[in-house]
Amino acid sequence: MAEQRDTIRFVRRGRIVELRDVAPTATLLDYLRLEERATGTKEGCGEGDCGACTVAIGRSRGGQVAYEPINACIQLLGQIDGAEVVTVEDLAGAGGLHPIQAAMVEKHASQCGFCTPGFVMSLFTLWQQTDGPVDRTTINDAIAGNLCRCTGYRPIVEAALAASAEPREDGFRRASADTAGILDFLADDRDVFIGDEGRFFAAPASVRSLAALYLAHPDATLVAGATDVGLWVTKQLRDLPKVIHLGRVRGMDVIEDTGRELLIGATATYARAFPHVAAIDADLGELFRRIGSTQVRASGTIGGNVANGSPIGDTPPALIALGATVALRRGDRERAMALEDFFIAYGKQNRGAGEFVSGLLVPKLAPGQVFRCYKVTKRFDQDISSVMGAFRFTLDGSGTITEARIAYGGMAATPRRAKAAEAALVGTAVGDSAAWSVALAALRQDFAPIDDHRASGHYRAETAHALLGKALLEAAGAPTVHTRVVGRREEHRHAAE
Amino acid sequence: MPPSEAAVAPEAEPLVVRRPLPHDSAPRHVTGAATYIDDIREPAGLVHLAPGYAPIARGRITALDLDAVRSAPGVVDVITAADLPGPNDISPKLIGDDPAITDGPVRFYGQVAFIVVATTRDAARRAAKRARFTTVAEPPVIDVDQASDHVLPDYSFVRGNAQTAIDRAGRRLEGSFRIGGQEHFYLEGQIAMAVPGEAGEMLVYSSTQHPSEVQHVVAHALNLPSSAVTVEIRRMGGGFGGKESQATQWAVLAAIAAWKTGRPAKFRLDRDDDMIMTGKRHDFRCDYSVGIDGEGVLSGVDVVFSARCGHSEDLSLGVVDRTMFHADNSYFYPECRVTARRLRTNTVSNTAFRGFGGPQGMLFAERMMDHIAYTLGRDPLDVRKANFYREGRDRTPFGQQVTDNILAELIGDLETRSDYRARREAIAAFNAGSRILKRGLALTPVKFGISFTLMPLNQAGALVHLYRDGSIHLNHGGTEMGQGLFTKVAMVVAEEFGVSADAVRITATSTDKVPNTSPTAASSGTDLNAMAAVAACGAIKDRLYDFIAEKWKVGRDKVAFREGQVFIGNQSMSLGALANEAYLNRVHLSAAGHYKTPVISWNRDKAEGRPFFYFAYGAACSEVLVDTMTGEMKVERVDVLHDVGKSLNPAIDIGQIEGGFVQGMGWLTTEELVWDKEGRLRTHAPSTYKIPAASDIPENFKVELYESAGNREATIWRSKAVGEPPLMLGISVFCAIVNAIASLRPGIMPALDAPATPEAIMRAVRATTAGEG
Repeated sequence: MAEQRDTIRFVRRGRIVELRDVAPTATLLDYLRLEERATGTKEGCGEGDCGACTVAIGRSRGGQVAYEPINACIQLLGQIDGAEVVTVEDLAGAGGLHPIQAAMVEKHASQCGFCTPGFVMSLFTLWQQTDGPVDRTTINDAIAGNLCRCTGYRPIVEAALAASAEPREDGFRRASADTAGILDFLADDRDVFIGDEGRFFAAPASVRSLAALYLAHPDATLVAGATDVGLWVTKQLRDLPKVIHLGRVRGMDVIEDTGRELLIGATATYARAFPHVAAIDADLGELFRRIGSTQVRASGTIGGNVANGSPIGDTPPALIALGATVALRRGDRERAMALEDFFIAYGKQNRGAGEFVSGLLVPKLAPGQVFRCYKVTKRFDQDISSVMGAFRFTLDGSGTITEARIAYGGMAATPRRAKAAEAALVGTAVGDSAAWSVALAALRQDFAPIDDHRASGHYRAETAHALLGKALLEAAGAPTVHTRVVGRREEHRHAAE
Repeated sequence: MPPSEAAVAPEAEPLVVRRPLPHDSAPRHVTGAATYIDDIREPAGLVHLAPGYAPIARGRITALDLDAVRSAPGVVDVITAADLPGPNDISPKLIGDDPAITDGPVRFYGQVAFIVVATTRDAARRAAKRARFTTVAEPPVIDVDQASDHVLPDYSFVRGNAQTAIDRAGRRLEGSFRIGGQEHFYLEGQIAMAVPGEAGEMLVYSSTQHPSEVQHVVAHALNLPSSAVTVEIRRMGGGFGGKESQATQWAVLAAIAAWKTGRPAKFRLDRDDDMIMTGKRHDFRCDYSVGIDGEGVLSGVDVVFSARCGHSEDLSLGVVDRTMFHADNSYFYPECRVTARRLRTNTVSNTAFRGFGGPQGMLFAERMMDHIAYTLGRDPLDVRKANFYREGRDRTPFGQQVTDNILAELIGDLETRSDYRARREAIAAFNAGSRILKRGLALTPVKFGISFTLMPLNQAGALVHLYRDGSIHLNHGGTEMGQGLFTKVAMVVAEEFGVSADAVRITATSTDKVPNTSPTAASSGTDLNAMAAVAACGAIKDRLYDFIAEKWKVGRDKVAFREGQVFIGNQSMSLGALANEAYLNRVHLSAAGHYKTPVISWNRDKAEGRPFFYFAYGAACSEVLVDTMTGEMKVERVDVLHDVGKSLNPAIDIGQIEGGFVQGMGWLTTEELVWDKEGRLRTHAPSTYKIPAASDIPENFKVELYESAGNREATIWRSKAVGEPPLMLGISVFCAIVNAIASLRPGIMPALDAPATPEAIMRAVRATTAGEG
């Protein structure tokens, strides 16, 4: 085993903080509020859905600090090893309020004020990530994970618009190179291991260390972004004695474009994967944009979404429709399988003891392939799908469907393909409405969805039906401006088709 | 003490009020320095509470094994009903129907059965999970269709004979629809911290809209006189009615833990527990029949509101009465019967929520207008206008005459600003050419009655001190929950003394400064408390005028308080210099002020009187785009024109209007409460309960204040209450969705229930297409 370190280290207000006794499931928010008594950061929901606890996490990127927002309530304290943590108290300097804060006051963007620190921090990271004016859509997306019950958001957006027109000059920009230097210094190759064999927080630095540790402790909980595991802690009060954090494993967050395929390492966050998947297809980009929130996408990983095996995870149906394969590793042994074969039953995946997801291989669209995916929710942003449908039709030169891959989420205990509907479409002309009727009827044999608080089984079945119909209409050339209320809305058929 | 002349004179030219000053706490909000109860530095020895509840919605706990709870790490104490020192009752009126901790019977899923007291909050929460319940469960009564028991007797407003009028009418329409409830989702959850003092005294920090009630109920529970209990609240992280009566239980339990352990005790509910254990906006089934003529003008209205009240009475009397008071919205019902049934269910007790029942009544009125319009094939706005109150047709179903009606002008103005007629045509053309997507447009009015309908609550107190350095300390009975009340009252006080708003020190609401206060509710906070503050200022100024007359022989007409100075005849001095001079001459520089709303009266038994001092008006025009395949919906444009009289602070008022609109829109679209058959709330976190997010707000969202000559009544600076009325502007979104669906088949009223989730919209689309109205 490689050299170990029994502390976590991070940067706070220009200084290195080193903590020795870090419980496996201690959260960043509890550390801030209960240990530091930095009470500006609020707890609104304790599950990463309201954004009141938003803080900025800085990481070294090319000699500068890059900031991303995260939900401190579901971030394990150990996850911030090697990062800078910035909270709402840190923004105002000797010169007064930060431009974001000043704009929030100027535009009357706070009422009760409880959500305000979270908005300030989300907008602070957007401000740091950009260099000039940003548009309303970008701002809406940046604050999709922040709920405000008082203002109706308009003044908050106005504040963001105003502040984004300001020059990017603040103490964080000035200190960026220095802070990055400190962060680079903290980024060592030692494996973090705090605790003992029965109870620990570990953050291995290499895949080899990870594989060995997990083989020795197959009962440990693997944590990538903690956007789900965080809730096991805060809501289910689960005792997780052994936690292995994947975020420090060097190289595991790789994203590599081979030309025909995209290789996505298991710990690549949604945020980092976004431009690459959006380049595959606009719908895929929009799907990723609507997963969780900016905070969730800054922490959460595609690997985690897959490994978790949730029936309502949004990436698996899309990746299955694209024909993705998942790579697994146990000790030194590696294997791969079609993603749809990974999901066996509710809560059960094709993954052995001590085996972990190491990455995904996602084929890009080939000429003649049309991709569509739709996420149907009660609220457009930051909501979990009632039904999510993904479609890839391969057409030959004459417009005949030679292959159909159709996958749904929210329709069964696992993300699953609609084999009967697929079969009904193969060999038919893409605009053949008689064939559509057969496929739509076949879809009813593919699924028997259940009722829950998101939707009734009846609605799910009807919506799955509607989405297939919509995908076929669009594949046959219907402009999306006539078929959709949000997302990709084009007057004309997409150029790639 | 009458309010100062200036404060009610529309022609006065103020220096501080009517300006768009920022919220007094804004710089502290944005830096994280604003202190909420959980941010108060914790006293030494603090213990934390967590609740435990049985896994059933109805039945009895026959055995409760708490041994494992008691032996859990960090546990200091466990409190059950048997441990309570006084009456086990947290009901607002202390009528004994709502125990702090059940002593056996379970009436809803989430009813508190015991409380863990531990050294940390985490330890308390973990320990609470270790209880072992033995229960006998009974099938719960979940909704109004199943319910037969009532929390209160049925109540009606009757004028003439509605059924005869309907029978005689040219056309009779009948309908039934459902109106969903709403979770408050204040961002700061319920919280209280109790600090025991000497001689049994208890100081309670409570995130409450009603400190006096918390004080009263804590005293009752601890067998103490009210004078031994002090309740303080500087600010809440949102209230919306959810902390009017239902903040009490957590404060009482914290106080009991503090009393029992002798240590300070904090109780902060987890968000999921908060949503499971506290009441919501009442949901309704609404059944109606109406009689109309060929133009859609009403002759008779007969409506029955069936309200899910939950397991106890709570505030259901006032809430559901307000539904009835607003069942007319802006329309004249020549003959009518408005009935409300208040049904008991095995669900959490529903409570106040911004609008206090009014929105549900108003939604009925708008639904009925749509029903008439789509049945007759008329534009819904024309049907609305044809039924508006106007001279000679201006008596509400409860007998009050509508004398301050400005809706005709206001609606006409908004119709022009929103380009309603042209867009109506454009939308018809769009819909004719669009198979899957349909647009809808609706312009709906709001008329909301201002005053508590429980008459004694229409009073307020304030306390103002002028110190020797000229600084001013302000306190009053209203609570700050984000609505800007503290800012507005401070502006009014600054105006009185001629100083800038930031020269007035705003202080936490506390029952030991101003006693016997009303809840900050019914939109009344500014109307009442600012008037009380003006009275207090007036008392101090009267003493100063007398002192000035005695010392400098200058009459009050030659004295002016302006720009931090006091002008006395030809000389001037700072306010501080005058205050010091007055002090040295033994002038009393502190005063308590009191105000009670004039004119109003209400006799509920006879259903007569003038319950409302005045009405607040507004209107909204919303446009939506509906996907008829999936039921998805996007709001594309909103125009609002709202009447706040002469605004005390236009920025704060606009904020209330926008926020209210969005909250109303959320209630009727994305916000869906779902209980399962076992009576468990399934939507108990923001992951499953969806309030509007930023992208739900259209870019084209224009909110403007109606150019008003000022409130006709002598309200503070001729302003109007603004807290609740704008919520009901959100009804325009619901009606726009109905309008989009109605385009599918002329002559059919779409059977859309609220909230209009994608599923509800799809259901209504299918029914409409099939010709089922």
